[in-house]
Amino acid sequence: MKAIGVILAGGNNHRLESLTTISGRAVAAMPIGSGYRAIDFPLSSMSNSDINKIAVIVQFNSSSLYDHLSSSKWWNLGRKRGGLFIFSPYSSNYENPIYRGTANAMYQNLKFFQRSNHEYVIISSGDAIYKMDFNDLIKYHKNKENDITIVYKKTEDGEDIRKFGVISIDEDENITDIEEKPLKTDSRNISLGIYIIERKLLIELLETANKENRHDFVNDIIIRYRKVLKLGGFKFDGYWSTLNSVNAYYKTNMDFLKKDIRYFFTKEYPYISTKTRDEPPVKYNRDAIVKNSIVSGGSIIDGTVENSVIFSNVYVGQNVTVKNSILMSGSYISNDNILENVILDKNVKTKESLILKGEENNPVIVGKDHIFY
Amino acid sequence: MKKEVVAMLLAGGQGSRLGELTRKKAKPAVTFGGKYKIIDFSMSNCVNSGIDTIGVLTQYQPLLLNKHIGIGIPWDLDKKNGGVSVLTPHLKGDSGEWYTGTANAIFQHMSYIESYNPEYLLIISGDHVYKMDYSLMIDFHKSKNACATVAAIKVTYEEAKGFGTIICDDDYKIKAFEEKPKIPKSTFASMGVYVFSWQKLKTALIKDRDIHNDSDFGKHIIPNMLEEGCNLYAYYFDRYWKDVGTIESYFNANMELAQTLPEFNLYENFWNIYTDSENQSPTYTSEDSIIQGSIVSEGCEIYGEVYNSIISPDVIIEKGAVIRNSIIMQKCVIKKDVIIENAILDFGVMVGDGAKIGAFENIPNKQKPSVYYSGITVLGEDSVVPKGIVIGKNCVVSGTTFFEDYENGELQSGESLIKEEATI
Repeated sequence: MKAIGVILAGGNNHRLESLTTISGRAVAAMPIGSGYRAIDFPLSSMSNSDINKIAVIVQFNSSSLYDHLSSSKWWNLGRKRGGLFIFSPYSSNYENPIYRGTANAMYQNLKFFQRSNHEYVIISSGDAIYKMDFNDLIKYHKNKENDITIVYKKTEDGEDIRKFGVISIDEDENITDIEEKPLKTDSRNISLGIYIIERKLLIELLETANKENRHDFVNDIIIRYRKVLKLGGFKFDGYWSTLNSVNAYYKTNMDFLKKDIRYFFTKEYPYISTKTRDEPPVKYNRDAIVKNSIVSGGSIIDGTVENSVIFSNVYVGQNVTVKNSILMSGSYISNDNILENVILDKNVKTKESLILKGEENNPVIVGKDHIFY
Repeated sequence: MKKEVVAMLLAGGQGSRLGELTRKKAKPAVTFGGKYKIIDFSMSNCVNSGIDTIGVLTQYQPLLLNKHIGIGIPWDLDKKNGGVSVLTPHLKGDSGEWYTGTANAIFQHMSYIESYNPEYLLIISGDHVYKMDYSLMIDFHKSKNACATVAAIKVTYEEAKGFGTIICDDDYKIKAFEEKPKIPKSTFASMGVYVFSWQKLKTALIKDRDIHNDSDFGKHIIPNMLEEGCNLYAYYFDRYWKDVGTIESYFNANMELAQTLPEFNLYENFWNIYTDSENQSPTYTSEDSIIQGSIVSEGCEIYGEVYNSIISPDVIIEKGAVIRNSIIMQKCVIKKDVIIENAILDFGVMVGDGAKIGAFENIPNKQKPSVYYSGITVLGEDSVVPKGIVIGKNCVVSGTTFFEDYENGELQSGESLIKEEATI
């Protein structure tokens, strides 16, 4: 119990288009891999690493997260010592109830940090899909005597990394430079938005930043102090994916059809935990054909499903073909439909004989609760 | 802390007609419907009926049951006031005894009940599969101002011989009660679900304690109350209710769930059955797999073919394997090209490449023909069948078996192969 955790889940993200904007959903609450939400991954990683005091900072569309996090017991956090804290902006006499940035969000909840006696704080974004043992990170950070250690990943040559924070690193894994969303860079190392920092140092930096009216953790603390503090990198080789576009969201879900990735998250201990709903088993009726797909509890399949990710309580009607698609919880696919390359948000109901086809890198998105008449 | 209703759930029975399935666990802990245990239905009925104080009485092979119930998290029964308490037989001063009868078991835990000072006591068992709103039965009990209310179903004449049978008037007031009659006078049968006004029952329990050592509700308490002129009523329950007490009835009740429109609907929105879900991961079906007329629970990896079967969580079925009319429980691994027909595989069974289960003609089991006669072969928990073995019908296999345990790699129909573990 050396560290407390912070999960930044408040970002306003239009990059997932109607999946977040129309559906009123935070990116961290996006459904993933047929049974999970994005935040389950950082949250489970922390809880599985014996981090038992965790703050989740929410802001935009926070109700989707409140619902998912309504009980902390699924992540073993319903404890007398520690627990799960959810911080959203609140009104006071002096300020608008808004977080002006990630650093400001933490600053407004400074007491969470002050009232802990843990040595370190681990900060993670809430919308990245990964599994990590933070004990390794803590040990590494301590041995290297870094002020801040940033978890990074080396990307493949040719991958477009202009959307990421890019770090340059020397042979000794010290960070020599860091840039946010550079237009041009020689480095292949991207920051994963996962950091470890000494708790007292974080408090000090947050207080200073606030005095200077600076509010962003990456720009106003990490980048601004890059020459002053000792920044180190911690290379992460495991699966990591962030939901920064519709295609990234689509691809991340489809990754769960790959055996090694699915096994890594669902069969290799420690598991990713999520809110338990106790759905009944999946029912495959007489004419069902389900190939290369994952299906979650409570669903009933009458038709054909191929290369798809089916969440819970979905009904796939008779003589239906669903291909290369994501159907979120509660989807109801009426008879004689053909759906290809579509993402149906929750509780979409189709009409009979509907044909809906997207393209390989441009899936059709149908918003939450939409009913086809 | 006063509670209007306390439920006592009798979960101590063995269910001996389930054979190998209940050799190492009590009947309420047997898997049903893929991901559930039989006790989940009664437990969920309680919480769905608004009853949050439940004493679960265990006796026979309680380990699995105790672990399953834990502190009641799956049913939201981890509560400060009330919640679930697992109650076991125990020593008292210089005495102490096992439960000798259903009423005796309740008598032994009178202090648990008294601590909540309830108006009504609901007695249920963990042996049955059904969805029932007990609060409606309690309302009925109150409206009749009854001493005791006995839930009852309609059964056939033959079935009635195995039940407590009830004769009642048009108002459902009980006139006579006969436990397991040789010649039934009624086909109205007790489900073993009772509501008692607690003070009345308390008096009866104390009184009967001195008369019958094996104090039982059906044999003693209910008939005695009738004799004394108490107000006893029957509560007619006309929905799905299954005892699943034999291999055959257990098998058939499971199989019905895989029908397109089963009588027992697990997919209703407002009467969830809760259970201890270890892992919430989805089920994967590969390019080569076929699953039809089946229910499959979470965390399975299916590369083979599954027809008319019930698959529990975290089962792996490899390529080329074909499963028909079978129940495959938690964490079983079915290797390549295995063929399984009409079999029940308890949890953790491993079947090696190319093995065949359910072959040959239908001959009843030689050792226990009254248990294994319907053609179903049972593989006990954590048993291992090596590759290439052929096993017949009505067989029982238990433990880690090796090729040399079989004659020419075969186990003929009706044979048993029980390998006892070195330790208990």
